[in-house]
Amino acid sequence: MSQGQLWEVFVRSRRGLSHTHVGSLHAPDAEMALRNARDLYTRRQEGVSIWVVPSTAVTASSPDEKDPFFAPAGDKPYRHPTFYEVPEGVRNL
Amino acid sequence: MTAVRETPPASRSAPDAGHEAADAGLEAVFEATLAADERVEPRDWMPDGYRATLIRQIAQHAHSEIIGMQPEANWITRAPSLRRKAILMAKVQDEAGHGLYLYSAAETLGASRDELLDKLHSGRQRYSSIFNYPTLTWADVGAIGWLVDGAAIINQVPLCRCSYGPYARAMVRICKEESFHQRQGFESLLALSQGTPEQHAMAQDAVDRWWWPSLMMFGPPDADSTHSAQSMAWKIKRHSNDELRQRFVDICVPQAEALGLTLPDPELRWNDERGHYDYGAIDWDEFQQVLRGNGPCNEQRLTRRRRAHDNGAWVREAASAYAAKHGPEER
Ligand SMILES: [Fe+2]
Ligand SMILES: [Fe+2]
Repeated sequence: MSQGQLWEVFVRSRRGLSHTHVGSLHAPDAEMALRNARDLYTRRQEGVSIWVVPSTAVTASSPDEKDPFFAPAGDKPYRHPTFYEVPEGVRNL
Repeated sequence: MTAVRETPPASRSAPDAGHEAADAGLEAVFEATLAADERVEPRDWMPDGYRATLIRQIAQHAHSEIIGMQPEANWITRAPSLRRKAILMAKVQDEAGHGLYLYSAAETLGASRDELLDKLHSGRQRYSSIFNYPTLTWADVGAIGWLVDGAAIINQVPLCRCSYGPYARAMVRICKEESFHQRQGFESLLALSQGTPEQHAMAQDAVDRWWWPSLMMFGPPDADSTHSAQSMAWKIKRHSNDELRQRFVDICVPQAEALGLTLPDPELRWNDERGHYDYGAIDWDEFQQVLRGNGPCNEQRLTRRRRAHDNGAWVREAASAYAAKHGPEER
C-alpha cells in the first residue's frame, strides 16, 4: 500500500531568513504533508514557517550540463566589486 | 531539464564504444568529486556498486531506527515518573524521525519506500542486531541510552562526512538529536546507581547485559569485515570497525567510573604503550547467531513491526481516498 506522494520540505528557521530545504517526506495531500513536516522537521522549534512542494513540481538543472549551463558567469569577474582597483586613501567606495 | 527526483540513469551497459567513452568520462568526474572531498548528489552519475552499497547501508540504518523504537517503547507506560516518561516518549519519537530522514535519503538513490519496508518485513534487509535483546527492567532504558545510543553516536559522527550528500545531511540532523538520548540514559543510570542497593543492583545488571552487545554494534573485526575496503575508498566509511570500537571503550571506562558501575570485562585495563584500554574477546558466535535470526527477540520485533504496518493500512487508504476526492489541485 502506497505511502502517498513525495514532498520537499522547506523551513524558515526564524523571521528575517529565507526558507531552506531540509528534506522530504511522504503524504497523501498538502495538508497532511504540512502536519508531517511539523512533526518530522520542527520537533525542537527549528522553524517559524514551513513550505511543502510536491517533488515532481521541482525542475532542476542537470549535473551533466554543469559546465555549459553555468559557463556564462565564469568569465565575468567584473560583476564582483573586488575586480576594481581603488586608489589608496579613497574611502566609502 | 527534468524533475528533481527522477531516478538518475543507471550506468549504461550498452556495448557500443560511444557509451563506454561517456561512462569513462562520468566515472572520472565521480572519482574527482571523491578525491576533492566534495559530496556526490542524487542526480550525479555514480557507479552501480556505490549506489547499491548506499541503498543497503542507509536502508539497514533506517530499519534499525524504527525497530529500535520497540525495546524502549516497552517501558513508556511504566516509566517511574512523569519526567522520565516525557523524556522517553520524546526519545522514541526522535528514533521514528531518524528512520524517516534515512528512508528519504535512500529514496534519492532510486529506492522506493514501499520496497524498503517490504524488504524489512520479509527479512531480506537487516536492522542492527542490538535491538534483538530484551529490555527486562527499567534500568535497561538507561543502559540503552548510555551504551547503545553512545555507540550509535560514535558510528554516526563520521557519517556526517560521508561522500553521499543526502546521507551526510541526514546524519548531521540525527547526531544533533542523539546527544540528548545518551545524556538522558546516563542521568537515569546515575540516579539508579546512587539510589537504594536494589536500584544500584538493577543498574549494574542492565550494564552487564548491554555492554557486550554494544561492542558488537561496531560490526565484525576488521580482518573479517567484507565491505570495509571498498566503502573506505568510496568515502562512505571513514574509520574501521575496530578503530571505532576502541574509541567507544576508551570513552566508556571513565564514564562507568563516574556512574559508580563496573563493566563486565575482567580483561579491561589501561595499556600505557598503546594509549588505549585493552578489552577481552568478543563472542562473535553470539553475534552471528543473533544475525541469523536466533537472538532472544528477533521474531517478536519483526512480528510487531509487520502488525503495526498492517494495522496502519486503513489510515493510509483513508488518507489517499480523501486526497483523491479533493482533486489534484490540493494534492
Ligand atoms: Fe536514532
Ligand atoms: Fe537515539
